[in-house]
Amino acid sequence: MEKDANQHKNMGFKRILPCAKGYLIPTFLTPLFIVFEVLLEVLIPMLMAAIVDGGLYRADDFLLKEFFSPELIADQKRFVIVVGGIMIVAALCSLAFGMLAARTAAVAGMGFAKNLRKLIFEKIQSFSFRNTDRFSTPSLVMRSTADVNNLQNLYQTAIRMFVRSPVMMILAAVMALRINAQLSVIFIVAVPILLAILIVIGKIGRPRFTAALKKYDKLNASVQENLTGVRVVKAFVREDYEKEKFAAAANEVEKAQVFASRLFTLIGPIQMGIMWTCAIILLLLGGKQVIYGSLQKGELVSLLSYTNQVVSSLGMIGMVFTMLTMTRASVGRINEVLDEEIDIIGPENDLKVENGDIEFRNVDFSYTNSEDNLNLHDISLHIRSGETIGIVGGTGEGKSSFVQLIPRFYDVLHGEVLLAGRNVKDYSLYELRESVSMVLQKNMLFSGTIRDNLRWGDPNASDAEIEEACRLACAHDFIMSFPKGYDTDLGQGGVNVSGGQKQRLCIARALLKKPKVLILDDSTSAVDSKTDESIRRAFRESLKGTTKLIIAQRISSIQDADRIIVLDKGTVSDIGTHEELMKRSEIYQEVYRSQNKSSANKEGGVR
Amino acid sequence: MPNQREITADFKGKRRPDNPIKTLGRIFSYYKHCRWMFIVAVLTILVYSAATIGASYMMKPLVAVLEQSDILPDAKLAKYLALIIGMAAMYFTAVITNYFLNYLMLICSNRVLCELRKDMFNKMQALPIKFFDTHTHGELMSYYTNDIDAIREMLSGSITQLIISCTSIVGVVTMMLILSRKLFLIVIVLGFLVFYTVKIIGKKSSRNFSRQQKAVAAVNGYIEEMMAGQKVVKAFNHEEACINTFDELNEELCGAATRANTYSNIIGPIMNNLSHIFYAITCTLGVLGLVTTGSVLIAFLGYIRQFADRISQISQQFNFVLLALAGSERVFKLMDVEPELDDGDVILVEGENGEKFWRVPCKDGSFTDIPLVGKVELHNVDFSYDGKKTVLHDVSLYAKSGQKIAFVGSTGAGKTTITNLINRFYDVDSGEITYDGIDVRRIKKRDLRGTLGMVLQDTHLFTGTVMENIRYGRLDASDDDCIEAAKIANAHYFISHLPEGYDTMLESDGANLSQGQRQLIAIARAAVSDPIVLILDEATSSIDTRTELLIERGMDSLMEGRTVFVIAHRLSTVRNSNAIMVLEHGKIIERGDHDDLIHQKGRYYDLYTGMFELS
Repeated sequence: MEKDANQHKNMGFKRILPCAKGYLIPTFLTPLFIVFEVLLEVLIPMLMAAIVDGGLYRADDFLLKEFFSPELIADQKRFVIVVGGIMIVAALCSLAFGMLAARTAAVAGMGFAKNLRKLIFEKIQSFSFRNTDRFSTPSLVMRSTADVNNLQNLYQTAIRMFVRSPVMMILAAVMALRINAQLSVIFIVAVPILLAILIVIGKIGRPRFTAALKKYDKLNASVQENLTGVRVVKAFVREDYEKEKFAAAANEVEKAQVFASRLFTLIGPIQMGIMWTCAIILLLLGGKQVIYGSLQKGELVSLLSYTNQVVSSLGMIGMVFTMLTMTRASVGRINEVLDEEIDIIGPENDLKVENGDIEFRNVDFSYTNSEDNLNLHDISLHIRSGETIGIVGGTGEGKSSFVQLIPRFYDVLHGEVLLAGRNVKDYSLYELRESVSMVLQKNMLFSGTIRDNLRWGDPNASDAEIEEACRLACAHDFIMSFPKGYDTDLGQGGVNVSGGQKQRLCIARALLKKPKVLILDDSTSAVDSKTDESIRRAFRESLKGTTKLIIAQRISSIQDADRIIVLDKGTVSDIGTHEELMKRSEIYQEVYRSQNKSSANKEGGVR
Repeated sequence: MPNQREITADFKGKRRPDNPIKTLGRIFSYYKHCRWMFIVAVLTILVYSAATIGASYMMKPLVAVLEQSDILPDAKLAKYLALIIGMAAMYFTAVITNYFLNYLMLICSNRVLCELRKDMFNKMQALPIKFFDTHTHGELMSYYTNDIDAIREMLSGSITQLIISCTSIVGVVTMMLILSRKLFLIVIVLGFLVFYTVKIIGKKSSRNFSRQQKAVAAVNGYIEEMMAGQKVVKAFNHEEACINTFDELNEELCGAATRANTYSNIIGPIMNNLSHIFYAITCTLGVLGLVTTGSVLIAFLGYIRQFADRISQISQQFNFVLLALAGSERVFKLMDVEPELDDGDVILVEGENGEKFWRVPCKDGSFTDIPLVGKVELHNVDFSYDGKKTVLHDVSLYAKSGQKIAFVGSTGAGKTTITNLINRFYDVDSGEITYDGIDVRRIKKRDLRGTLGMVLQDTHLFTGTVMENIRYGRLDASDDDCIEAAKIANAHYFISHLPEGYDTMLESDGANLSQGQRQLIAIARAAVSDPIVLILDEATSSIDTRTELLIERGMDSLMEGRTVFVIAHRLSTVRNSNAIMVLEHGKIIERGDHDDLIHQKGRYYDLYTGMFELS
């Protein structure tokens, strides 16, 4: 993991740069506008020198003198007004360009962010479960919002400042050279010194910042945990323990933050120190030249302005570098997502799943992909197309793992899974998952109406088809009992319906796919046994050609299956009909007894 | 950024604070944790501002010297040099003080932030469970992320900037008044113009930023929903459709963000160029006769520059400050929520032989000791969460020490509510709950809860090792105690098969374990706390009946000598209880043991025979 992260850092910004595509015009227009803005801005100190020297001191020689006619210069008032007017016009133009750049930078930055978010989301959509297991949901949400946000800010600042600062610096330096070459040597000394210091600080500071951010993430994670577990905290009266834990983590964040930022507090004073040293030297040498007549007073003042501009531009560059340092962590996190290797990829072909015949050949499976930690071990079995198969077994014995291998939610470690006589890896993922319909343990409905949710199964399903599927899943009646029927809006996670109703909706949704294989993973647990039975009857009658795999806690749900698989510790302990298993499988008998412990009592009581 | 879709009205993401002065004052009160350092820092800022203003003022005598025409160049140079040295000294002071003020403020702001965080967390720990039930996690997390981040932004940068800018502006204005009152009139105009520009743009920008916030929340919400439903998305080949919906939301966000950022980007150039324009106006008017000497004009121009810079710094910080104040207001509102009172006067004491007693104070100052046996009674209890919809109505029941009482009923029938009342997560509206004959409201909450063990439907394990998680039940439990508890809960077998056994790290609520395994650990956690009363709220819902049977065997010994309340969906779990209460709409409609209820052929019978669906 650690090594991975470093590798991603090397990839750096290059990986995400293509996201600027589609926004290249504003991206390049921004620096162009900025250049114009800067040009005008640099002109202003010159004009000021002209006003002061030419207008106020009436010096014989002053800056920009060659641009004005002698008659104009002769008329003090008019000259001052004209130059002042030019200054105002220059400022207004500079303002206009500045505003244009503000707009284009926003367009480019936000567009870049949009593309980046899209890229990340598309990548996440292609994740297999093993991929997802490596990231938590909040962390993925954070990567696609907060981290992208950091980058969008960097992008729009960078396309302005990376041009603005060097151009400003160069122009100001050139102007200064024009006024007085000798004095401008100061810049040539000052600039590299400042730059070197900034680079060193950035280099030392970066790892410290990354460390501080990590501590901060940890702190927030612990708060999140405290919030979700608040009932446990209160029930065990562990408030003080939690407070201590939090205080320790908060102190650590404080220490790391101070440690990281301490270096950066140096930047301000160093920058000022260099700027003012330049100013003092300029005043010293320039003043001498003024006294001895080789420099005008206004020129000296504009030299000071240029010093200011050069040094503050450098400061800007420094700021952008700091930002770059801090966003590096975000880039790293985003690249981690983008570079995540998708471990389940299907071939691109038109191979169709012909029927629902399933075969497992010596299948080993492990969530961690390690031999030592097998979740399923040496499973071999054959299920004929159209068969109804029940699966029982204890918690964590591998029931869900077993069925998830069929639509390739996970891949086997060894052996192979065959569907209609071909390895599941031969089919495109689309075709495979179209043919295998799975109703999951944790049911999930999405925001939208009931009809919207059912259409997940088949976007083109007619109303009649939808109704048919709902009748099979025994959902039609309760749907019609809602005032809005199929157009009833479900809140997030389907909060308006009860657990049993939700499960039936999920079954209907799965049926709409008209699958070759239908898998129910403990998906009728909240349905009452009578409805459960009618659903099963409907399946038997209407889904003759479909292979049905039913995982259930309740024996009654699978009792009438063609065959029942008993899973124990990741292996198939036994396969057979209910009667056969009742005779020979100890585990099966135990499960049966645990659910019918007092059935004798019950019957006794009734009669 | 957390999901803000469900934020309740009074916690809405407002940008404009209600009472900025009071809020600011309250933030500043946190500087008491580093009082002296902060005072030194502010003094340093004053010195720094004075030094920079003084250094700028030196321009006037400097230029004045250069303007002098009645003395020799060499004498002029000497005078000039002396002034330069003075100026350099001031700049030097400014640099040094700048470093110290930054350093001191850095330490202060981190101190304040740390104390603020701790204070908030501690206050939050003291809040009643009702608060957590009525606010989403996203909402609560946003205090620690959004709001604290906004405050951090302000403390670490804006505060220093603002103090410097304000002191500088006072200084600069004074100096300008000294230099030329006429030119100062221009500055007043400048000030107003800047003020109104900032106000107008600020308004537009804040309106657009709140639109952007909304769009961000929508995108976040969508990602969260699709991540939570990833299996379904995959199972239905729905990736393409998801991406299309996402694109729409993404496009909307992009539009809103572009507008918002355009406004915030524009402030910089406007400020910058307004100052240029005023530079030009001052220059022109100055030369045209408002001032007589160049030295005054040049010094004044310097101050205009500074004035504009400071104002633009303030305007740049303004947004941060507004955001931070809105954030702090929310944080303080949270801190001001009435904490859970723990005013019971009955405490638990331990006798010489380890037996425990309730020490009940009498009116005359003496004590009565009542032995702790775990007898729980409800007398005509009425309860409602919101004061309107009755959740429990006239519930009475009696649990003798060591009995197992089960609650059965639909979601919302009030099963969990009863247990919430026993441990006083909530208090009854009328009626009374007694514990060993004492009204629970008289018992110190921490002692009351300390004697109750709970296993909840949502297990909630914490980051840490398996051992640490079990030990959460009793902090001074030895490793052997924990292992013993795990054995009782039937968790020992699977734990010892984990890669690192009891030292296996659990992350994000034990994501590396199955739901059933998590529940086994939660049961072990409750077992190690050795409670006199055990509350099992759907504790075994995710465990298969066979494993449940195994746990039950262990639990039988665990339950011995304890009073047990069981809530279960699955009826096989409650069959062997001493009494089963069937709840419907907050009332107990049937009660008795399994055989009695089957004989009654009522609701329990229907449930048991599968005639009725629980929801």
